[in-house]
Amino acid sequence: MSNAPVNSDRRKFLTLTTAVVGSVGAAAVAIPFVKSWSPSEKAKAAGAPVLVDVSKIQPGQLIRVEWRGKPVWVVSRPPKVLDELATLNELLRDPNSVEPQQPGYTANAQRSLKSDIFVAVGLCTHLGCSPTYLPDTFSEQVEGVESGFFCPCHGSKFDMAGRVFKNVPAPLNLVVPPHYYVSDSKILIGLDKGDADV
Amino acid sequence: MFKKLLRGGIDWVDARIPMTQTWNKHLAQYPTPVNFNFWYFFGSLAMLILVNQILTGIWLTMHYTPSAEGAFASIEYIMRDVPYGWLLRYMHSTGASAFFVVIYLHMYRSLLYGSYKQPRELIWLFGMFIFLALMAEAFMGYLLPWGQMSFWGAQVIISLFGAIPVIGDDLTLWIRGDYVVSGATLNRFFALHVIALPLALVVLVFLHIVALHEVGSNNPDGIEIKRKKGSVAEQDKSKFTFHKQYSARKDIIDAVPFHPYFTVKDIMGVAVFLIFFCAIIFFMPEGGGYFLEAPNFEPANALKTPSHIAPVWYYTPFYAILRAIPDKLIGVVFFGGSIVILFFLPWLDRCNVKSIRYRSWQHKLNITQFTICFIVLGILGALPATPLLTKIAQVGTIGYFGFFIALWFYSKNEKTKPLPKRLKFK
Amino acid sequence: MKKLIIALVALLPAMIFASTNVHLDKADYDLSDKASLQRGAKLFMNYCFACHSTGYQRYQRIAADLDIPDALMKSSLIFSDSKIGDLAVNSMDKKESEKWFGNSPPDLTLEARLRGADWIYTYLRSFYKDETRPFAVNNLLFPDVAMPHVLEALQGIPTAVFETSASHDSKPQIIMRLESNEQGEMSSDEYDNALLDLVNYLVYAGEPNKLERESLGFWVIGFLIIFFILSYLLKKEYWRDVH
Repeated sequence: MSNAPVNSDRRKFLTLTTAVVGSVGAAAVAIPFVKSWSPSEKAKAAGAPVLVDVSKIQPGQLIRVEWRGKPVWVVSRPPKVLDELATLNELLRDPNSVEPQQPGYTANAQRSLKSDIFVAVGLCTHLGCSPTYLPDTFSEQVEGVESGFFCPCHGSKFDMAGRVFKNVPAPLNLVVPPHYYVSDSKILIGLDKGDADV
Repeated sequence: MFKKLLRGGIDWVDARIPMTQTWNKHLAQYPTPVNFNFWYFFGSLAMLILVNQILTGIWLTMHYTPSAEGAFASIEYIMRDVPYGWLLRYMHSTGASAFFVVIYLHMYRSLLYGSYKQPRELIWLFGMFIFLALMAEAFMGYLLPWGQMSFWGAQVIISLFGAIPVIGDDLTLWIRGDYVVSGATLNRFFALHVIALPLALVVLVFLHIVALHEVGSNNPDGIEIKRKKGSVAEQDKSKFTFHKQYSARKDIIDAVPFHPYFTVKDIMGVAVFLIFFCAIIFFMPEGGGYFLEAPNFEPANALKTPSHIAPVWYYTPFYAILRAIPDKLIGVVFFGGSIVILFFLPWLDRCNVKSIRYRSWQHKLNITQFTICFIVLGILGALPATPLLTKIAQVGTIGYFGFFIALWFYSKNEKTKPLPKRLKFK
Repeated sequence: MKKLIIALVALLPAMIFASTNVHLDKADYDLSDKASLQRGAKLFMNYCFACHSTGYQRYQRIAADLDIPDALMKSSLIFSDSKIGDLAVNSMDKKESEKWFGNSPPDLTLEARLRGADWIYTYLRSFYKDETRPFAVNNLLFPDVAMPHVLEALQGIPTAVFETSASHDSKPQIIMRLESNEQGEMSSDEYDNALLDLVNYLVYAGEPNKLERESLGFWVIGFLIIFFILSYLLKKEYWRDVH
């Protein structure tokens, strides 16, 4: 065995440098493992935006499409439904849509781009059941209100702008997905106008 | 302040589980022969590859579909749709072949230096069980991509069991779970490949290392570094501190603590290995058609037999032996026998001298011819069986088994060179 | 002894490749040539895709990798109402096509990995006139193939020139070479170049990650060399204690 003195500075320096470079290598190896958990091309394709044609929609009709595995409602709201919306504020938990459940361009009284068409994700904000659309019989749930959405699982109620009523289990208004009008009669659900592909 | 916290933390753990003691006994104060050479890198490399296979394997299982209908497509899904899926797949497939390269070299070291001899027979036996488990693991893994070679390779090898008299046909039906290799076979191989055999491998590797640390490593000179207490002069004893488990019972010469000397050397070995490993992954993952075989890029088709069915390269030596023998049952016996005979090596070799460095010319010649036969058989196993090549394989088979038979005879009274007192190390 | 082992291992390739007996023309493709890949994609979609799907690829990936704008991809290379994120599957019914051709036309996504670029290139150059076959063509590389010569419009149909003129004994006639009938849209060179584009596209389709893999590999090996140097110096430093 050698009797020469140990150059402990050189030893420390080399150990540290090798350890640091080795750690960089180890971190680099971790990258593919972590990134492989991101949505695959298959998931991204399935999550692609959905085009909905509303040229033939009837007043009061609800069209349901699927986007990212979730139901999305496109509802035609007749004028008397729209008029009623403003009168309900006292009964609602978040009448002015303060909570971030909708894109900026739908943070208005009707929670939509065009007032006569309402677009929302059809999942209750309580535990995720899909509420039932009651165009004529909603007054059984909320006296004096003709149309709305009623969730059968735990009794949450939403108005025709997806706003949640007070004293129900659901805490928030229905989510409005990013969307925009490609033309007067076609809505693309899944993208804001600014992010759109040409 | 931080040092105090660390010390406190370590003491807390040590009072509850022997962490520092284990660290010292098996790493920082574990005596390792100082003359380890190139052949001694492959144990730690094998462990690295095992970790690679387990990690990449777990990740692949997250995206793979274990059904006959979905398996092939799910591999392409991994290759194209999963971010970095292609890299995980190539790490796993290259790792499988790398495992066998490393293991064969690891076993060859034992042959060269007599590492299987007393008192290390059990280490060798555990190692042989690891080898068997590894072959089974790789065989089952190869079915999973559900390509043409996956299917037909499995069909051929499973049908070998049919050669066993009386129970053969029932046995193959039981293994397959169906009348041909099918989704039933795929599903059970998937379960065995993903959890059963890896668990067995990890347990066996643990036992292999426990058995090793009990007696200590052999070395290229085949001379023990632990001598009878009191028999070694003070200036010859190793200057390093070893754990009293070893130093209290024996005098230790020519040894260094495994950590830091061999941790640092093995890290260097890992760096070199990774250069080769990554060169293959990134520049030739198909391994010239030997690591990812071309016929496997076609989905399994029970109605279309490939023109040339060959097992993966690491089975070819044993496959050549199987084919060399014209009778199906005797062929299977020799095929299995070629691996079983290795279990008996510690008792077939009756010489007291461990390392080839100090053994007779007969032994050196025997090892050489065995090496040549193994490589030639390996090449032949990958080629179609023509009459000439079959003759050569027969000669190779005789050479292979002849190694063990000859060893039994000449090792009893072998003319060996005088052993040095100290390990040869510059 | 080590030298002997090395010599034997070096002989391996010669011993293995000695057994191949089919001559294949070399396909000199260039995966980084996007213009070539685009032409190849166009050829494939127009001549091959109706029968041969490439169902493991997504249209969007092809468009992105080949620098084709999504809108152009949709209008000229997708012939069904498939969405751009869909897998490139055609509408040929497997059972029906088996009836028509005897064999269902295989999916070609992985064909270049299965048979190799040279094989595909040679195959498409090896069709010749054979009145005895259902589609009046045969193929030198793949005797009695069930596929018609889909690229006939581009190449015409070559005729086989036999070694010996028709004789009365039953010896099989050996074909020496194929001669063009000069009926194709393209000249011989143009056709060969078109085939290179097509083969290039199929090699790409077989492994779209290939170029990314190789460029990543360059950095990985570079890093590992640096790491090796450091770890070697570290080892040498500690082993001073031992020498």
